[in-house]
Amino acid sequence: MTLPMTRRGFIVITAGVGTGLVLGAYAYRTGWLKRLFSKSDPAADFSPATWIRIGKDGSVTITVAKSEMGQGIRTALPMIVAEELDADWASVRVEQALADVKYGSMSTGGSTSVRTSWEKLRKAGAAARAMLLTAAAQRWNVPPSECRTEYGTVVHSPTGRILQYGELAEEAASFPVPQNPPLKNPAEFRIIGRRIPRTDTPDKVDGHAAFGIDSRVEGMFFASVARCPVFGGTVASYDDSKARTMPGVYRIVQIDRGIAVAAKTTWQSFEARDALTVKWNDGPSASLTSRDISTMLATFATKEGAVAETRGDVEHALSGAAKRLSATFEVPFLAHATMEPMNCTAHVRKDSCEIWVPTQNAQAVQRTAAALTGLPLEQVIVHTTLLGGGFGRRSETDFVEEAVQTSRAIGAPVQVVWTREDDLQHDFYRPVSLHKLSAGLDAGGRPVAFTHRVVAPSIGAQNAPDRYTNGLDRGSVEGATEMPYDIPNVLIDYVMAQTPVPIGYWRSVFPSQTVFALESFIDELAHAAGADAFEFRRSMMDSSPKMKRVLELAADKAGWGTPPPRGKFRGIAFSPPAFFHTPVAQVAEVSVGRDGAIRVHRVVSAIDCGIAVNPTGVEAQMESGIAYGMTAALKGKITIDRGRVVQSNFDDYPLLTIGEMPAIETHIVPSTDPPTGTGEPGLPAVAPAIANAVFAATGKRLRTLPLSL
Amino acid sequence: MASLSLTVNGEKKTLDVDPDTPLLWVLRDHLEMTGTKFGCGRGLCGSCVVLSDDAPIRSCITPVGLVNGKSILTIEGLSSTRDHPVQKAWISEEVPQCGYCQSGQIMSAVALLKRVPHPTDAEINQAMGDVLCRCGTYQRIRRAIHQAAEAGGGQ
Repeated sequence: MTLPMTRRGFIVITAGVGTGLVLGAYAYRTGWLKRLFSKSDPAADFSPATWIRIGKDGSVTITVAKSEMGQGIRTALPMIVAEELDADWASVRVEQALADVKYGSMSTGGSTSVRTSWEKLRKAGAAARAMLLTAAAQRWNVPPSECRTEYGTVVHSPTGRILQYGELAEEAASFPVPQNPPLKNPAEFRIIGRRIPRTDTPDKVDGHAAFGIDSRVEGMFFASVARCPVFGGTVASYDDSKARTMPGVYRIVQIDRGIAVAAKTTWQSFEARDALTVKWNDGPSASLTSRDISTMLATFATKEGAVAETRGDVEHALSGAAKRLSATFEVPFLAHATMEPMNCTAHVRKDSCEIWVPTQNAQAVQRTAAALTGLPLEQVIVHTTLLGGGFGRRSETDFVEEAVQTSRAIGAPVQVVWTREDDLQHDFYRPVSLHKLSAGLDAGGRPVAFTHRVVAPSIGAQNAPDRYTNGLDRGSVEGATEMPYDIPNVLIDYVMAQTPVPIGYWRSVFPSQTVFALESFIDELAHAAGADAFEFRRSMMDSSPKMKRVLELAADKAGWGTPPPRGKFRGIAFSPPAFFHTPVAQVAEVSVGRDGAIRVHRVVSAIDCGIAVNPTGVEAQMESGIAYGMTAALKGKITIDRGRVVQSNFDDYPLLTIGEMPAIETHIVPSTDPPTGTGEPGLPAVAPAIANAVFAATGKRLRTLPLSL
Repeated sequence: MASLSLTVNGEKKTLDVDPDTPLLWVLRDHLEMTGTKFGCGRGLCGSCVVLSDDAPIRSCITPVGLVNGKSILTIEGLSSTRDHPVQKAWISEEVPQCGYCQSGQIMSAVALLKRVPHPTDAEINQAMGDVLCRCGTYQRIRRAIHQAAEAGGGQ
């Protein structure tokens, strides 16, 4: 098991040189922290102890309790701690937290990690800094006010005497933890806001980075699971007489989700799984098709919706409008298709369970395994490995259940590995949806009325139907509600349309579809009004100056209003702050081939994410969101036939390739506001910006994803 | 089962393994070299690319029997100090995000530069066109390949 072994090795070394301000999980076991905080003490959330360990050698080990899935969290979060600690960045080491309630939520999703960790990690760093400073002042017998900290040292300003943090750590640990230590003014930042290289890059260029699938445990087997291809189906019976005789096969067991084949190697488990004969009870969804679902959405669109947002009198305003428009948009199910297929390694023993897993929610993994095994939570040890992509897929725990049940059944450690076919056909998909919009313009071309009906399955109601008895899931209308535009009469409503297809959180969730409909339709209104698409939006943003600035920055940097290069056409779109709290505007430069092929040459983005903790990281997240959004805009489609997913691998579920990647320019609005999310906001505006550019090029309005002429 | 021998990263390996086993799983499960990744199992994504006598091959669809006696280079064998020009360029451009596809990206780039020491953008698109990255690191990959070429990465 590469990753934990590396970590264990490191811990041994640290212990060898002696630990001073020994904090975190360590200190928890050694006792002093126990005296300071109980597990239920909310103060533990921002205690330095949970997050920082300072060795006598001056090394600063910072615990990261969020999952690294490519977004650079093992760099951004330590930067925040190190800033307030006044650590020397070169001495900072990063350690991944084991699942534990003491960290607060470890769930990594919704573009929340930096935003929600910001204050508590700053406080943790500042508290530790204050303790170190006090320790130095006592040692020198001088007032703390005469001391300052810099680069991992405390300096006595009048005399220039210096003590390293490592020399002070042991004494500092004996002081009470200040609960409200002073925080820096952003003007004093010297780590936050800098382009600090990612801490995980070196291991990712030489094969040493350990993903979940790379976990290796003594005596382990590899397992592959046969699952019913039809959603909701179950095992009727199975014949494993052939599979059992195949090389390397250890045990074949039935688990909740199907038949698990454990073998000595991954390949042997795949081969033996293919040799199983399973009879399935397909269940009630056996004849379901995508066409059925589309028809249902269209039918439901005529129902009365649950009102999500309303102001003014839409009906009256529409009837009095000089011009009325309406349009319907539709988007398909999508798979996450992380490059690392789902996997989980579990070792269930009588009195404990240890799990190595690429997960976005280590605590959910811990709870799931505890529930399945009947073990108390603290006897379930969850190691979060690196994630080969997450995008919301790894917030689920289905693959964990499979590994835990298989390990328990065979009495040995096991790694369940999914094939790409398993991954595309057993996902929790980005929901389908249909959007019916209408608007009225006055004689001057200004929108006076606007309606947006979202018809879509609800992720919330799928998971907890009791909570949505009034038919409204605000999550499903996110991006449609709280429009950035000043329109006096508005009605946003929602029709819940559940299907048997499992759905889940997919990068940017509902704004990936509501914003496509909204921003395409706004473009239609601009054309109907004879207005410029940028000016039209801008003229309606007077009450949202922050968002208006973002729109203006993108237009300015993209050269909006100047002629585009020959043969290329521009489209603009805006993505509202939504749950990531971050507005983004994008301009896409597109050409359309004689064969109708849509080619995106350049995407210019403006983003206001508050303080950009690491600008390189923000840019990378924008590049990533755009690439992910472009695959959805131009290629992505999961179709259902006979109750199962048609697509099976990258030949029929293609991803964006290097030759299709546009030039991307990201412009970050300078800010001293607290940071907001960046993982998702780069995505929603991409599809409408491209669709609007296609309209500029061809006069054709594409209202269905993926875009196709 | 058959006794096969291949050279992996300069080391001779003798294996008792079904010759139909894909090279990928021999590397990962038999030789415990997990740097080469499983992405699709059908040669479609490139996460499993390794070099066989300098040519890039998709190890997930290459039966190990086919490379009997050949010399295989994997990501682990590129350099012991991360100082291969392609690795240095990858670090300097901060290419990886999740990093899962990067072994295949890097090995494909190494193979390209061996064949074409100074590739054009079109040649990069051609050679790297079916090495998929879900995080969208493509422009950084392109810049890193040009940078590695300048540093003599094809030597």
